[in-house]
Amino acid sequence: MSKLKYALFTGCTAKESTPEQMMSTMAVAKKLDIELIELTEASCCGASHLQDYDDFLSLVLNARNIAYAEKHGLTMVTICNTCQLNTAMTKHRLDNNAELKARVNEKLGEVGLEYKGTSLVTHFLYAIIDDFGLDKIKEMVVKPLSQFNIAPFYGCHNIRPSELQNESHKTPENPYNPTSLDDLIIACGGQNVDYDEKNKCCGFHAELQAPKTAATLTGNAIAGAMDQNADWMVTPCPLCHLKLDTQYHHASVAIGREVKLPVLHMQQMIGLALGCSTEELGLKHHVSEVDFV
Amino acid sequence: MDNNSITTKDVTFKVFRFNSETDYLPMYKEYKMEVTSEEVVLDILDRIKWDIDGSFSYRRSCRHGICGACAIQVNGKATLACKVNLHSLTETFGDELIIEPQSTKRAVKDMIIDKSDFWEKHAQVKPYLDSHIEEHPEMECMVSIEENDRIMEADLCIQCGACHYACPVVEINEQFIGPAAFVKAYRFEADIRDDAHIERLEECALPEQGVWDCVKCFECAEACPKEINPIEKITSLHQMIFKDKVYKNGVAERHAVGFAHSIKKHGLLDEGQLVLYSEGPSIVKHIPVALQMFKKGKIVMPWNMPKSDNLDEIQKLIKSSSTTKY
Repeated sequence: MSKLKYALFTGCTAKESTPEQMMSTMAVAKKLDIELIELTEASCCGASHLQDYDDFLSLVLNARNIAYAEKHGLTMVTICNTCQLNTAMTKHRLDNNAELKARVNEKLGEVGLEYKGTSLVTHFLYAIIDDFGLDKIKEMVVKPLSQFNIAPFYGCHNIRPSELQNESHKTPENPYNPTSLDDLIIACGGQNVDYDEKNKCCGFHAELQAPKTAATLTGNAIAGAMDQNADWMVTPCPLCHLKLDTQYHHASVAIGREVKLPVLHMQQMIGLALGCSTEELGLKHHVSEVDFV
Repeated sequence: MDNNSITTKDVTFKVFRFNSETDYLPMYKEYKMEVTSEEVVLDILDRIKWDIDGSFSYRRSCRHGICGACAIQVNGKATLACKVNLHSLTETFGDELIIEPQSTKRAVKDMIIDKSDFWEKHAQVKPYLDSHIEEHPEMECMVSIEENDRIMEADLCIQCGACHYACPVVEINEQFIGPAAFVKAYRFEADIRDDAHIERLEECALPEQGVWDCVKCFECAEACPKEINPIEKITSLHQMIFKDKVYKNGVAERHAVGFAHSIKKHGLLDEGQLVLYSEGPSIVKHIPVALQMFKKGKIVMPWNMPKSDNLDEIQKLIKSSSTTKY
């Protein structure tokens, strides 16, 4: 297999509130010998809120990000579910509406860029599954996570709307019974935990305006994993991570029950299994302490 | 179809059974059946009632996916019973299927739920054309094809309740209007003949009940059997709120606008600044969590805020491509 190479759209949290996610992404890419070219020119995707205010602006900015991946001639890899959804949704709309694409390109042309539609946009999770292969991960595992019950938390914006999501990767995912993250846990030697909330919402996007709803959803998710004897949770989304890792106190108050679990980024879980050090994976940056390694 | 191509499969159904008049708790009754590749979920509901237990209760009417009566859930998936093939469900969930009403906490008898909250939410958004048409109009009220296209999709709603009862916010917050009624609101908001535009939009913009409490989980888009994509209509309502300046929820509005400000300044989102701009003085309530995050190196100080390369490009695009003002 020739060396895998992608254009990496980090998103904002990897640069700010989840530094450990950036660290572990790079550590895992190195272990897997995947080359990631960081799109340092990329802007924020608008995080599913900018389009509520200004849809066209959101399209232009996201198209600009993709245009930079196209310049490299590479598939764009995202490491945040919401970046993935916003970028893939922009791509879908522009690829299916020539008039809209022309309007967006008129603006991009002013700064010497063009959106062509030539780059795929996929989340790192699916790039690993589709292009690298879980069998190969399995072979590379040096510290199997066999003593752990691990609860996968998929995050809405990687699995819904499924019609759009399944354009972004080869391995189909059913939002009512997703398997990708479970398969990854198994490949890392861990025991995957089945629980009702694994494909549900963490509440992140309504945290400021609807704190009670958001905290209840977070609480339900952690409680669901705890009730199935999970030792920790794992998620491909840094926004879910922020909610589950830092908001357990509000979540406990909202559902009237103490809930708290360590929550790992998908990249950290792979890194642990592949023998990366805890420093490389940034495990000290967690609010819900990672006390099992 | 050639009979030879019909296949069969043994499926175990765990069916929610409950009578609110006599039962304290619901139970799941097991039925093992041979199911053909031709059968839809409604066929099984019929077989249970007709062949096994006449007291089994569910709603059905058209059998053509247009009345919305038979909406239930199978393994948590919103399902219009008359439309969904059983073998396709077993491909997703295996050979054991859990048949439940749309909302178990609203169950009256078996699959039948009390849907009154659904209808109350509809009533709240004036689900009709409010048009002051003269008694003796002198000309037609013309709707162009393009104007009609904007409402066509939303008009296809059969009010089955699939999206409403799939919505996690409806489950938690009783005031939340919910995706189905928002689709209905959009249907008339986008109708050029309607005169209740601002009044209806105000109802959709209020805190707790309005569109701002949507968590953007896309459960509604996934659940809708008519592919109406309710969250897309919710997004349109958000945009109308800005266009018509129907500001009723400062925190949420500033939260959306704050992204544009931050991208203009840094290219990236300044997380701390966004919370400050959205919350104003109420930011104090976030201090305990912020302190914990700070200790773990999760807060970037304003003077260390990273910036996108070629920021001038982003700034130019914001200037040339912005279509909304706040």
